[in-house]
Amino acid sequence: MMRDQKLWTWHLAAGAVILVFLGLHMTVMHLDKIVLLASVNPAGGHPIDWQNVLARGKSAAFAVTYVVLLGAALFHGLYGLRNILFELDPARGLKRAISAVLLIVGIGLFVVGTWAAIASHTLAKAM
Amino acid sequence: MLETRAHPNRLGIWGWLGGGRWGAERYLYTLHRLTGLGLVTYFLLHILVTSSRALGPEAWQQAMNTVTGPVFKVGEFLVFLAFAFHAVNGIRLALIELGFGVGGPIEPIYPYRTSLDVQRPLAVVALLLAAVLAVMGTLNFWVLD
Amino acid sequence: MSAKSFTEVTYRIRRYNPERDSAPHWEEYRIPYIPGMTVLDGLWKVKELRAPDLAWRSSCRMGVCGSCGMLINGKARLACNTQVTELGSDTVVVAPLPNFDIVRDLVPELAPMFDNHRALQPHLVREDARELDEPTGEFYQSAHELEQYLQFSYCIKCGCCMAACPTYATDALYSGPMPLGQAHRYNTDSRDGGFAARREVLAGEAGPWRCHYAGECSRVCPKGVDPAKAIQLMKRELVLDYLRLRKAKCPAKVAAKPSGVRRPEIPEAPAKTV
Repeated sequence: MMRDQKLWTWHLAAGAVILVFLGLHMTVMHLDKIVLLASVNPAGGHPIDWQNVLARGKSAAFAVTYVVLLGAALFHGLYGLRNILFELDPARGLKRAISAVLLIVGIGLFVVGTWAAIASHTLAKAM
Repeated sequence: MLETRAHPNRLGIWGWLGGGRWGAERYLYTLHRLTGLGLVTYFLLHILVTSSRALGPEAWQQAMNTVTGPVFKVGEFLVFLAFAFHAVNGIRLALIELGFGVGGPIEPIYPYRTSLDVQRPLAVVALLLAAVLAVMGTLNFWVLD
Repeated sequence: MSAKSFTEVTYRIRRYNPERDSAPHWEEYRIPYIPGMTVLDGLWKVKELRAPDLAWRSSCRMGVCGSCGMLINGKARLACNTQVTELGSDTVVVAPLPNFDIVRDLVPELAPMFDNHRALQPHLVREDARELDEPTGEFYQSAHELEQYLQFSYCIKCGCCMAACPTYATDALYSGPMPLGQAHRYNTDSRDGGFAARREVLAGEAGPWRCHYAGECSRVCPKGVDPAKAIQLMKRELVLDYLRLRKAKCPAKVAAKPSGVRRPEIPEAPAKTV
């Protein structure tokens, strides 16, 4: 059973990683008109237009940062959720069930997201 | 141990909510939890929606069409605000929970200057920073669109 | 009505007698106000004039024994340390400390708090355990080393911090601010060598990881112990320990009595009787 002393340290470390990468992601997505980074929105318009998605997809650096952010954020968020649920004092069997479900959801979504990052990168390079 | 029936008296989840008599840091704690829950809910769905970009422009457009509309726009704005608060307060908590900014052991002389008083400037700076980010986000979402 | 001019106060007390009642309920009592009265003085007046069967814990009536912790006007305080005038109203609402089972009236069941406390070995733990029982000399400890833990040693175990803590309100496995603060008090005591022993408990669910710095414990502590600060400082020690960056501290050495120096005007110590 992984102990909280370990998990909590990693929770903090993941938070630091998310701060940097999600900060960048939020700047690109939601502060694009204030912080003008033309390099990531080359086609102008909205950051979620396909041309911009394609432009970011071409970059391997973006793919790597997405995977790192995905892993850190899934760990940080799901461990936080686990903490909140555990503090409501469930029965021991329920605790094990919660841990198992969160672990499966976390790993599953990590696989989905990493596949998407790699596949969209390949797709973007081809287009 | 006595044999009498002791009556349970735990506050439960009411202990997480305020009563108006509690300090600012307690509300920051509750708000940090709420924003965290909001962010994690959004995030799990976000992974699924944005993964559609790997299936080409039509799949992407379809996914984007399902998340357009005023409800989603407001929702995204709330996510941004939640991020602004959670990130900045998270920095503050990371510093404090590693023992920085709370002061060291002192001789307690009444009226006591607790670690809460020592970290109060940090909390104020954190909230101001979160407010600045919120203003920038408001401009970007609603004004400069 | 200004706080300084009232002649009577109303005590609204949460009462519960397990032999008669199925659940706690409120009772009101009106008693004469005497200037300078503390909440505890008022409780004695209520018992004398209105409710002879009212039960609560109190002892020193001067804020050092930690017996009379209660929820007074919504905040966990010591009844003997709280002036009626500082509450700002002529109604004193008294309830037993929350987060503990109610034994009767204003008496909380504090045994779980002390069980958690005991589990964290709140005493000096040394390899040379005999030294603690049969001391051969004093321990070296500088004023600076004393300052590291002195504040946390002022804890009177009143339980107010436990009543105020939002995590302890829900989580049954969390140790609570008092046991954790005291664990830190001993971990930082230079005479102690028990960090590894306490870590067994502190690394898991009973440890400080569920503390999220709501800070209520430090706000209500009547002795200024600041358990919130102790817990954050302890978290730093535990994280450094996990990252293997913690400097291992040797427990303080024993200062042997000076030998060969005998001053005739100082008599020999009497034989030990214990």
